[in-house]
This record gives sequence, C-alpha cells and structure tokens, in this order.
Amino acid sequence: MIRAALLALALLANPAFAVEPDEVLSDPALEERARAISANVRCVVCQNEPIDSSNAGVARDLRVLIRERLVAGDTDQEIYDFLVLRYGDFVLFKPPFKPSTYALWLGPFAILFIGGLAVAISLSRRPRRPATKDTHLSADEETELAKLMEEDKSL
Amino acid sequence: MKRLLFALPLLVALIIGGFAIWGLSGGRDPSALPSVLISQPVPQLDLGPIEGVDRPGLTTDVISKMEGIKLLNVFASWCAPCRAEHPNLTRLGQEEGLTLIGINYKDKPEAAAKWLDELGNPYAALGSDYAGRAGIDLGISGVPETFIIDAGGIIRHRFAGPVVGDGLRRFMEALDEVRK
Repeated sequence: MIRAALLALALLANPAFAVEPDEVLSDPALEERARAISANVRCVVCQNEPIDSSNAGVARDLRVLIRERLVAGDTDQEIYDFLVLRYGDFVLFKPPFKPSTYALWLGPFAILFIGGLAVAISLSRRPRRPATKDTHLSADEETELAKLMEEDKSL
Repeated sequence: MKRLLFALPLLVALIIGGFAIWGLSGGRDPSALPSVLISQPVPQLDLGPIEGVDRPGLTTDVISKMEGIKLLNVFASWCAPCRAEHPNLTRLGQEEGLTLIGINYKDKPEAAAKWLDELGNPYAALGSDYAGRAGIDLGISGVPETFIIDAGGIIRHRFAGPVVGDGLRRFMEALDEVRK
C-alpha cells in the first residue's frame, strides 16, 4: 500500500520548469521557437544553465524579451544578434566560428591529430611480430640458466 | 633527439601547471564576464525620473552633457549589497570629483524614494528602470553594477558587485586606469 502510494507520488512529480505559465505564447509555433532559442542562450547569472531552465530574474526577463521580439516578427538570427550585442558571444552555448574562437573549435581536433600521429609513429616503430615462433630456450640458454640458478642458491 | 623527446612530458606538465597557476593566482574571478560595452559609447537610454525623487531622468542626452568622469550605478532598494556600497560611492563622488548617475533597477518608486531619503541621494540624474530593459541593454547580470564612463561618454569599465572592501580597491585601480 505504502509502496503504491510512493510510486504514485513519484509518478505525479514533474520536473520543475522555469518557464512560467504567464510567459508562454499562445502560438505554439512561436513558443516552439522561443524554447529552442532559450535553450541555446546562457543565463548570465548561473552561467552553466540555459535561460530556459533558469529561475534567475534576468533569465526570466530575457525569456520574455525573446518572446516579445518573436511576436514582433524577428528572425531567430536577429534575436541572437540582439543578445550578442549586449552580452557578447558568451551568452551563446554554441559560440560562432571566427578568428577569436578558432582555438576553441579546432583545438580538440589538433590535439587528436597530434595524439594519433604519436600513436601511429610508436606503432610503426614496434616490430610486427617476434623474430621466431620458437619461444623455447635453446640448449645453450638452458645450461646458462641452470648455472645462474645454481649460483643463486649458493648465495 | 631521443633525449629531447623525454623532455616532452616535462614541457607539457610545465604548460599545464603554468595555466593552473595563472588561473588560481590573485584577484582573478573566473565567473566575471567580459562586457561588450567596454570602449563603446553608452547605449541609448531613455529612462524617466523616479516618481517622488527630485532628480531628472536618465537619457543619453543628459549623460552626454555631463562633464568629467561619470559613475553609472545600477541599484535597487531591495538589494542589500547596494546599501553597503552606497556610502563608498557617495564619498567617491565628493572626494574624487566624479559625477554619480543612477539607474533604479526593478524597484518601486516609493521604495526607492524612501531608500534615497534614508541613505542620501548623491546622484545627479536618476532613471527608473522598472521593467529591467535598460539593465538588459547594459548587459548587467544583477545589482549592484557600476560603470565608469569617461569624459568623452565612452564606457571604460564595468564593475559587477558591490564597491566595498577588496571590491573598492579593484574599483579604484580601474578608476586610476581610466584617469590616465
């Protein structure tokens, strides 16, 4: 009984959404676009959260602003440009590809290339297979080993 | 050549360690955001006065007519750090001969008027930004924030957080930099 009640409670619980009912647009297509844009805009207070899921005051203001501009007929790009003009590239979770971000975008590939090169070089230097398949000791080696073992015992 | 190769891990460790020391050493605030407004003129502002406060509103026109260095302080009566920094800003305005201008951010006019009555009103012009839109135009992330605007009306520094304690020291450094 208690388990069933707990399960029911767990199923009832929904994740808390930051977007409040009064912000939601009546046009589902515009609202869809607003959600997509807000998911890609960083909250400048929390910094690792998109404004879509942030409860900070500024995040709410930006969500409302984005919706207002969508209703006014702005394109997605115009809205991103508006935000970047005020908050810089930092507000975008996906920064643009330009000279100042080349290191950011290309760095991982450069490191992967260097690592791959190092692996390739070290593999090519290693002998492909043992010189002979015969891994047993030769008669000479056997006598040598026996001698060494004997010396070791006498110590 | 082989020996040089052995030095490579050490070199990599030094580079990474160097970055770590640079990142951890004094005064750096990793959460500080660069402001895109630095070296830009003050964005277009058109804020009406706070009701019940005897100061003109804050417009770009008003700012451009002011002489010398201006401190644009964004504050609210509901913000405790604003209260803490208020005496420092007042003193800076008097002792350093700076013009203080303010934006009252998301605040009720009567609350702001009461706050200014109680703590004093050092501002030459005060704009009411009840909707927080001017705050977005200035790219602020919260209150208090203070911008240093030079004699030519160019924003030279953005200071996020209260101008108290170590913040006051850093603010003075930025101010000296602007004065040069």
